[in-house]
Amino acid sequence: MNTQQAQPDSFVFDSASEAEIVVALSKYPPERKASAVMPLLYIAQRQMGRLTGSAWVPVVAMDEIARRLGMAAIRVYEVASFYTMFNTKPVGRYHLQVCTTTPCWLRGSDDVVAACKRATGITAFGETSADGQFTLTQVECLGACSNAPILQVDDDYYEDMDGPRTVALIESLRKGERPPAGPTINRSGSAPEGGRKTLMDPVHSISENK
Amino acid sequence: MLQDKDRIFTNLYGQGDWRLEGARKRGDWQDTAAILAKGRDGIIAEMKASGLRGRGGAGFPTGLKWSFMPKQSDGKPHYLVINGDESEPGTCKDREVLRHEPHKLIESALIAAFAMGAHVAYIYVRGEFFNEAMRLQVAVDEAYEAGLIGKNAAGSGWDFDFFIHRGAGAYICGEETAQLESLEGKKGQPRMKPPFPAGVGLYGCPTTVNNVESIAVASTIMRRGGAWFAGLGRPNNTGSKLMAISGHVNTPCVFEEELSVPLKEIIEKHGGGVRGGWDNLLAVIPGGCSVPVLPKSVCETVLMDYDSLRAVQSGLGTGCMIVMDKSTDIVEAIARFSRFFKHESCGQCTPCREGTGWMMRMMDRMVQGRAELEEIDLLEQVTRQVEGNTICALGDAAAWPIQGLIRHFRPELEARIRHYKATHGGTGLVQVPASGVPVAAE
Repeated sequence: MNTQQAQPDSFVFDSASEAEIVVALSKYPPERKASAVMPLLYIAQRQMGRLTGSAWVPVVAMDEIARRLGMAAIRVYEVASFYTMFNTKPVGRYHLQVCTTTPCWLRGSDDVVAACKRATGITAFGETSADGQFTLTQVECLGACSNAPILQVDDDYYEDMDGPRTVALIESLRKGERPPAGPTINRSGSAPEGGRKTLMDPVHSISENK
Repeated sequence: MLQDKDRIFTNLYGQGDWRLEGARKRGDWQDTAAILAKGRDGIIAEMKASGLRGRGGAGFPTGLKWSFMPKQSDGKPHYLVINGDESEPGTCKDREVLRHEPHKLIESALIAAFAMGAHVAYIYVRGEFFNEAMRLQVAVDEAYEAGLIGKNAAGSGWDFDFFIHRGAGAYICGEETAQLESLEGKKGQPRMKPPFPAGVGLYGCPTTVNNVESIAVASTIMRRGGAWFAGLGRPNNTGSKLMAISGHVNTPCVFEEELSVPLKEIIEKHGGGVRGGWDNLLAVIPGGCSVPVLPKSVCETVLMDYDSLRAVQSGLGTGCMIVMDKSTDIVEAIARFSRFFKHESCGQCTPCREGTGWMMRMMDRMVQGRAELEEIDLLEQVTRQVEGNTICALGDAAAWPIQGLIRHFRPELEARIRHYKATHGGTGLVQVPASGVPVAAE
């Protein structure tokens, strides 16, 4: 994808984003507005996802953030490029992020990677599928190692994955469905598969209440 | 082993209601004002008596850390920063606190902030924990609504604000001064110390950075007493700890356990045993990927605590263990960590920026065996050049897994090199003349 061509000419925060910006700015001392640079980059990225189906931050959005926060534009660019979660070029509608760090690898992340490639037609990390639906990214440890391997789709962790369940998930996404995130095997959160082994006292057994 | 009556995180698996009503039933927010009435010194004394050591990996005594904050304000605000940038491979415990025990964390944050004279706490949650941060925000909103935080928090007379700041995928921001830089809206590059954050921290103001778990246990310690906490584990290794097991066990999970329990018992009980039985165990990385690997022989007897693991040249780290059975390519397992650290080096210090690349490239060749036998020592030397020569501990963290590998699995490295030579007729390396070191033909 040619990122130069993809850069839009203008960017305007919409009303939903403006409301989020007010909340973000309220968290920091007024003279420390630069602290809101990461929140504002997220707000811009989510707006792009909402309005265009591709959650990324164009340069013009960074320029607008710099103006809002009274920062030099380069200070915003360097933050956007330092942190891996800010997409500085367009991504697919669904961002598939596979963890391949050792704990996930020990539990079969190679199979998850292979399944992602097979189901999307993507041949290498960083690519977007021909239909623009999926971008596949290799990520470092996602911090859910007891539920490895993890496939993160946008904001959601799909846990305890394997090859066939990865293919099934991608097929569901393709149909516009969003299967519930979390473990894909018989367990609750990070409790052992088959049932917890501690907190057995009845006082701890209040039924699931979310 | 820890009994249910002594567990702090009683909703660890989210089996109960994580919201305010459920948290109150479990004892959170019960007369919090009475705890604050003990005063700053009273709270810090209780924390010191508990023997609690930092749960994020470094193990520094928490009560002592709090006591470093200035007693008198010179007009600058004080800040509590809670480190929820859980990113150390193998580590997945704080996530359970964020999503299943958010009120325990917020109440404890109020207690900790009061004890250090801070009216504001920021929690830095790793960016990938989006859903966890959203849930924590719901709990924060509930606490404001109920008057538990905000002006005159919980009727204590102390004003307290709690804000969530999300990271964006940089492991280095788990380092406390990098985290402060990030909070200030900059790249997450660690600061030189001194000055320490307790003197010059966030926005140049006195700041204490604590791990999520270190903070979250404070409310229970204050209610049940430092002596109760100190009665668990053994001296210098007191209390219970959130731990996790990942890798080749039958039931990977997160759990709370008493310190100083044998590693083997923990794997058997919580992990449901090593896949294929105990004798199928190859090695364990006991506390996140930065701490050196332990071979099975050491795992037979070592205790899960600070001192016992340190005595075998490893460490408790985050208490989250990675178990590997005999099917594991141990060299590849460690090489993946080398790639991780290369990826996560912030690039500020040359030994780390260049050294993590060297280590990664050498480890990648070690996986294949495409190296000379002498290069094992050369690799070890590289790790020693990085270790201790950087502003923060990321360089050390990158060096230690490789040192552990060489210490315990040198025969495996050698066998692989011999095998490669035997099957390929050489290493494929270009030899530098005279006394030069061999380099890869890249």
